[in-house]
Amino acid sequence: MADLSSEFLGIKCINPFWLASAPPTDKAYNVIRAFEAGWGGVVWKTLGEDPAPINVSSRYGVHYGQNRQVLGFNNIELITDRSLQINLDEITQVKKDWPDRAMIVSLMVPCEEESWKAILSKVEATGADGIELNFGCPHGMPERGMGAAVGQVPEYIEMVTRWCKQYCSLPVIVKLTPNITDIRLPAEAALRGGADAVSLINTINSITSVNLDTMSPEPSVDGKGTHGGYCGPAVKPIALSMLSEIARSPVTAQLPISGIGGISNWRDAAEFIALGAANVQVCTAAMLFGFKIIDDLCDGLSDWMDEKGYESIDDFCRMAIPNTTDWKHLNMNYKRVAYIDQDNCIQCGRCFAACEDTSHQSILKTAKNGGNEYTVIEKECVGCNLCQVTCPEPNAIVMLDIDEGKEHLSWLHHPANPYREAK
Amino acid sequence: MRRVISLKNNIQSNRLGDVEIVENFTDIAPLLTEKQVLVASERCLFCYDAPCINACPTEIDIPLFIRKINTGNVHGAAKEILSANILGGSCARVCPTETLCEDACVRNTHEDAPVSIGRLQRYAVEHLDPARGYPFTRAQSTGKQIAVVGAGPAGLACAHRLAREGHAVTIYEAATKPGGLNEYGIAQYKLVNNYAQQEVEFVLQIGGIDIQYAKALGRDFNLQQLRDTHDAVFLGIGMGDTNGLNIPGETLPGVEDAVDYISELRQVDSLSQLPVGKNIVVIGAGMTAIDIAVQSKKLGASEVTMVYRRDQQAMGASEHEQELAQTNGVRFVCNAQPKQILGDENGINSIEFNRTLTNEQGKLVATDEIISIPCDVVFKAIGQKLHPDFLQQDNQRPDLCKSGRLAVDDTYQTSIPGVYAGGDCIKGKDLVVEAVDHGNKAALAIHHLLQQEIK
Repeated sequence: MADLSSEFLGIKCINPFWLASAPPTDKAYNVIRAFEAGWGGVVWKTLGEDPAPINVSSRYGVHYGQNRQVLGFNNIELITDRSLQINLDEITQVKKDWPDRAMIVSLMVPCEEESWKAILSKVEATGADGIELNFGCPHGMPERGMGAAVGQVPEYIEMVTRWCKQYCSLPVIVKLTPNITDIRLPAEAALRGGADAVSLINTINSITSVNLDTMSPEPSVDGKGTHGGYCGPAVKPIALSMLSEIARSPVTAQLPISGIGGISNWRDAAEFIALGAANVQVCTAAMLFGFKIIDDLCDGLSDWMDEKGYESIDDFCRMAIPNTTDWKHLNMNYKRVAYIDQDNCIQCGRCFAACEDTSHQSILKTAKNGGNEYTVIEKECVGCNLCQVTCPEPNAIVMLDIDEGKEHLSWLHHPANPYREAK
Repeated sequence: MRRVISLKNNIQSNRLGDVEIVENFTDIAPLLTEKQVLVASERCLFCYDAPCINACPTEIDIPLFIRKINTGNVHGAAKEILSANILGGSCARVCPTETLCEDACVRNTHEDAPVSIGRLQRYAVEHLDPARGYPFTRAQSTGKQIAVVGAGPAGLACAHRLAREGHAVTIYEAATKPGGLNEYGIAQYKLVNNYAQQEVEFVLQIGGIDIQYAKALGRDFNLQQLRDTHDAVFLGIGMGDTNGLNIPGETLPGVEDAVDYISELRQVDSLSQLPVGKNIVVIGAGMTAIDIAVQSKKLGASEVTMVYRRDQQAMGASEHEQELAQTNGVRFVCNAQPKQILGDENGINSIEFNRTLTNEQGKLVATDEIISIPCDVVFKAIGQKLHPDFLQQDNQRPDLCKSGRLAVDDTYQTSIPGVYAGGDCIKGKDLVVEAVDHGNKAALAIHHLLQQEIK
């Protein structure tokens, strides 16, 4: 049985699954329910200075798939709308009652040294295990000079991180906003400021939809809308890429990462860990399905680790990093082609439509037994994967590696590259 | 003429109360809910060169209409269906989809569950938005006059197509109501709420179609007169007559044609007033046999036995229909061939069959083994044939094909130039959707012919 126990920045907990700072961690009632369900830790919903902000009604927008499955989800909720003291008292009590779970406190106060100094001492007194700096919230708070407004300026990140390390003995995690062009710069700034870790990604600027009757963006507040923070399964690929950028940069390679962004199941979690996360944070999946999903997250991950022979999270952490590289290093002599397994093909013709209309005309349609048989024209196939992507059957189209006996050749050394380098 | 079994002995009305009967005859496949439609439409894979389209005689673009439903463009979905099949509403209800589009659905392969095409089609057509106006327009008048004989599915489809092209159509209908099989022949629970009439009203909204009722070919006019007064003629006359058993006792009271009884059932004001036998035997294994058997159970008959001379696999009714009968308590007796019906002028008491078997040459033969089933009503549902009288006034008659129906060429033209035919009166599967297809194609051929004349 694989060991799921996790140690992140010296903070020990029963598994690597934390609930991200968000509505599920807004108060003791929710957090206790999460711990009862088996979550390893929480990042308490962001605390700020009193008076606490006031939220609007109508806070979430959704991007649905065809059958109402939630692909993505956004919110325009602000940081905690309860007073600082109530939160601090609850944090103190919950941590005392649940010593084997991680208790991280998310913070966001104005970019003034005194403001940070004041709140840090209060948080430290709760017995919490660490703090997370919310430099990512993309809606509402940036208009007040906080959240993503800080996270988008590396100098501010470095400055505030330094204050936190100066006035607080707890481990400091800097939560990064994805609403920037190069994720490595804020990560480097956090590192310079003395951050113990980064967590990413926070939510993405988004408008989920427009109500075509009222012409208001959603979520609509009395007929008007504003951009919110996008999360859920749709943001996972963006998060994975940003995570890998930090994990494979020589400057930040040693910086521990808490992975966030659309993690919905154990497989997603394993992928984040393989690309550099030491633990993961979950929010949307819990908001959509409740805390019970922790059972499958742990069970699925543990079974997969057993199957692969990994005894601990560390055993496979960052294992995909060496395989994550720049385009110029990819092997241009690699060849793969699609193969359609006629036993599994249901003859829907989706691959044909996709390839014929939009790609390389590499699929042949032949009338057979009153239906159509689809086969790949191997010499035309560029191995783009589109047919496999469109295929509704999991085992009907396989991409086969073709060994042409050619040596590895990257663009860096390719004869067609006028700027090629000698091997 | 129609002969309805009369009340005597075990043949009684009011076998069930009105409430129970109404309950029994409610819509067998009710309109899907919005949520069901969402789930069902999501399952469509939007196939290329889709097998379902190829399996539909009217070639409705099924993946496209389902996609339109799924994106919330239900009105567009309805237009898509109706542009290919103006009777898409009734076809959605009466088509044996399990042997057509849904049988071809690729979702059968690994999931054994096709997309619910028929029910999605019904949802779409039912949600055609009348506020957006009639979805079809008429071309400029061509001045051409076309006679359509029969206001059933074939005739209506043909008339609608022709009207769209700007031709003037007169439909001659022998009955007092339009709709044909949809009005008089389909099981009640498949077309509830007077749907056949609603649909005809919708068809006629195109304009340019006049229907003359109680006008029967061969009785009130002849084919030559139609040809003399119209630019083309389409015969959609259905079958009009039924096959007989040709066994002793067939003329005794209580022996009835299933189609006549169903026709009566479809027109009666109160179903509980219908005379219903206690023990009923249905001879046949097609859709009509299932329809009469199931409806007899729903009317309160104690025992309904469907008897078929071949084995169950050979039944004309689909597995779905067979299941429907069996879940309604209909008993199947296979490999039994009617021998004689026993009774007197007061009614019948039993029917005897010879047990059959398939011999070494693969031929069905009757054996000496006799099966006797007590009954007070026997329904004959062993197929229909063309009525012999409809051409009695004409000297020049269209040729018949080997199966005794009107012979047509690829364009649905009979042996008489300018006279076309479609629906059950020509050879085919005897389906409403096929009749619509015939009507559509004949209309296009007629239009093409008349276009040449106009030029």
